[in-house]
Amino acid sequence: MIIKTHYRIEKNSIALVLAIILVSGIGGLFEIAPLFSIDETVESAPDMRVYTPLELAGRNIYMREGCYACHSQMVRTLKDDVDRYGPYSLAAESQYDHPMLWGSKRTGPDLARLGEKYSDHWHTMHLNNPRDVVPESIMPAYRWLLRTPLDTQDLSLHLNAMRRVGVPYDDAMISNATQDALAQATPELSTSKALMERYGEETNVRVFDGKADTVTEMDALVAYLQILGRLTALPYQESSSTQ
Amino acid sequence: MLAQLSFRERNLALCAAGLVMLVGLLVTAVGWQDLIAVHGVIAALYTAGIIALLLKHRKAPAPSPERLKEYYDDPTKIGILLCLVWGVFGMAVGDWIAWLMAYPDATFDAAWASFGRIRPVHTTGVIFGFGGNALIATSLHVVQRTSRARLPDQFSPWFVLLGYNLFCLLAVIGYPLGITQSKEYAEPEWYLDIWLVIVWVAYLVLYLRTLARRQEPHIYVANWYYLAFILVVAVLHTVNNLAVPIAVGSTKSYSLFSGVQDAMTQWWYGHNAVAFFLTAGFLGMLYYYLPKCAGRPIYSYRMSIISFWGITFMYMWAGSHHLHYTALPQWVQTLGVGFSVMLIVPSWGSAANALLTLNGAWHRVRDDATLRFMMVAAVFYGLSTFEGSFMAIRPVNSLSHYTDWTVGHVHSGALGWVAFIVFGSIYSLVPWLYKCKGMYSKYLVEIHFWLALSGTLIYLISLWNAGITQGLMWRTYNESGELTYSFLDSMIAMKPYYIARGIGGFLFLTGACLALLNVVMTIKQASRESSRSDASTRAAAVDLPVAGAPQS
Repeated sequence: MIIKTHYRIEKNSIALVLAIILVSGIGGLFEIAPLFSIDETVESAPDMRVYTPLELAGRNIYMREGCYACHSQMVRTLKDDVDRYGPYSLAAESQYDHPMLWGSKRTGPDLARLGEKYSDHWHTMHLNNPRDVVPESIMPAYRWLLRTPLDTQDLSLHLNAMRRVGVPYDDAMISNATQDALAQATPELSTSKALMERYGEETNVRVFDGKADTVTEMDALVAYLQILGRLTALPYQESSSTQ
Repeated sequence: MLAQLSFRERNLALCAAGLVMLVGLLVTAVGWQDLIAVHGVIAALYTAGIIALLLKHRKAPAPSPERLKEYYDDPTKIGILLCLVWGVFGMAVGDWIAWLMAYPDATFDAAWASFGRIRPVHTTGVIFGFGGNALIATSLHVVQRTSRARLPDQFSPWFVLLGYNLFCLLAVIGYPLGITQSKEYAEPEWYLDIWLVIVWVAYLVLYLRTLARRQEPHIYVANWYYLAFILVVAVLHTVNNLAVPIAVGSTKSYSLFSGVQDAMTQWWYGHNAVAFFLTAGFLGMLYYYLPKCAGRPIYSYRMSIISFWGITFMYMWAGSHHLHYTALPQWVQTLGVGFSVMLIVPSWGSAANALLTLNGAWHRVRDDATLRFMMVAAVFYGLSTFEGSFMAIRPVNSLSHYTDWTVGHVHSGALGWVAFIVFGSIYSLVPWLYKCKGMYSKYLVEIHFWLALSGTLIYLISLWNAGITQGLMWRTYNESGELTYSFLDSMIAMKPYYIARGIGGFLFLTGACLALLNVVMTIKQASRESSRSDASTRAAAVDLPVAGAPQS
């Protein structure tokens, strides 16, 4: 019976095409489509803030350099993961991550709880040459970050594209993106107050790379690393309430 | 080769190349300030090269209509060479970055040479460059033979092959410059993704047009797999790469999905790129070249049917096993485990079908390295699909995930299965295409086989050990309930395994170089011999289509 039906399908290329699309389509529809409609998929985190333009630029450098190939940003719900890195990751934490950077390999340690664990100075030294701080490290040296000024010109376009995919940036954030990026790494600028008003009092405003005169790619990347795991307090509250 | 194109096809090719060149120049002009200009210039140069070749042959006399009575294999011939060149390149880069993990300063202090930027050069080079060209080249050969019909025209196969290689080239040049959307195995940015969709639709149309001209009532199994590969990859690629560019003249885009939905979409893509790019397509290869080479029919037709539909249905559910214990909802993870374990049935069905086909031809497996390549491929296919299902089980995954075991598993499939079936197919296909008795050197094929096998085994055993060591060190507690090892301890423990892996990779790479050499020498020898005698034309007489192409 089945063989007979198959005889018919394999004699007709269009039937074969349709059957393949139908049969292969079911799995994706069942698993992916509900993720957009089931409310519990992403927890609500009212204190969640968006990336500042400088942090977003840093995130783009993280992607450009392929950091995700060796570092995950996902603490699993396993005891040793939690003991080693901190509270397990929640879906809410990466809700503004277009794309997500959960990673698939830990050649180096997980970075989901990295923010404020080390000083800016340590990060700058470490990124410039990891073996200066950790002699056994096999991480590449990213010396060009410190000598490359950050391109801040088109940050408004970046924020605007992020808004179009659903991140709640407002008009003021978009139009002041370049100014805000410079302000975050240059505390003496009068504009840094406006930045804090837009992104919250907790925003890190400081010279990240130790060089006050220029805003470099190092500033952006360190600013991003220092905010990892700190966009919302939800994971820390959940872990204390379960204990 | 170009003289085989009719005048109409030459003009069509000129128009298409000119159009792509124009787009390239336009992109360069609009995105002058952006890295996209580099891609624009390269696309323009690439097409300028094609146009120059076409113009050189424009005045060549019209090809003889006799050619339409034969199969059209020129794109396959070029595709095989491209496949091997990409293979050597991609594997060389792979071995380089393997050594970077033991000696991290081997990067000349250059941004473009840092691990994170050249890793996708390796993955794209071997998966899409080596694997993709092998699939396109063999699929065009197989679909003609199993349909007993010539390709419907001579322009579209070139458009598919050269357009696809333009995609690979631009992607691979882009990563060292920092152009990436950071999605694993889908790194090329939005405009390259659009270009690939255009090429891919042309591929599907070409395939279906050839099938429509077939002189056999049944579509052969190999074509089911090639069709599934073309169709499903199109769907996966389109959905996974949905993104909003920041501006038309910019490389940068932001993906439509975020966080958990993006994670599921990426691994739905990622796992099924393995299933439909690295499995279905190569099973198509296996189902044609293995029985042909062994001189025996496929063992079981029913097993082929069950395996094919099993793989097509179940793989699409399995992607979530890449996200165990993460913020992905548990119900999706559970579905992923279930289907991953069930996948053993169709996977082993295919592997068993291949091995049982060899039953009765084992003496040939012993004597003929070409057939042995295919046999080992089937064995590794069985082994790595078993390993995959095993690693998808949650407790196993809690140990294996994020470790080098995963990398070892991937290479068990990529080296042991994909590369072995490609080499086996190429070694049997090249002599058929060039109408000679065998490869230039049987001896080199034999050396290649043992280099490839020992390289693969060294690679797998070292990373299997590395991964399990890592996984165990990460979860070891001391008596006072604290973690025994720092992360750094586990990293230091990896060094001997990383060195061993680099050696295994080097052996495999050496084998691939021999394959390229052997194929080039075979082609040279064949062209010398065919100019001396017409023996080749007699040998070719049996390999002719029933349906030639329509006059154009």
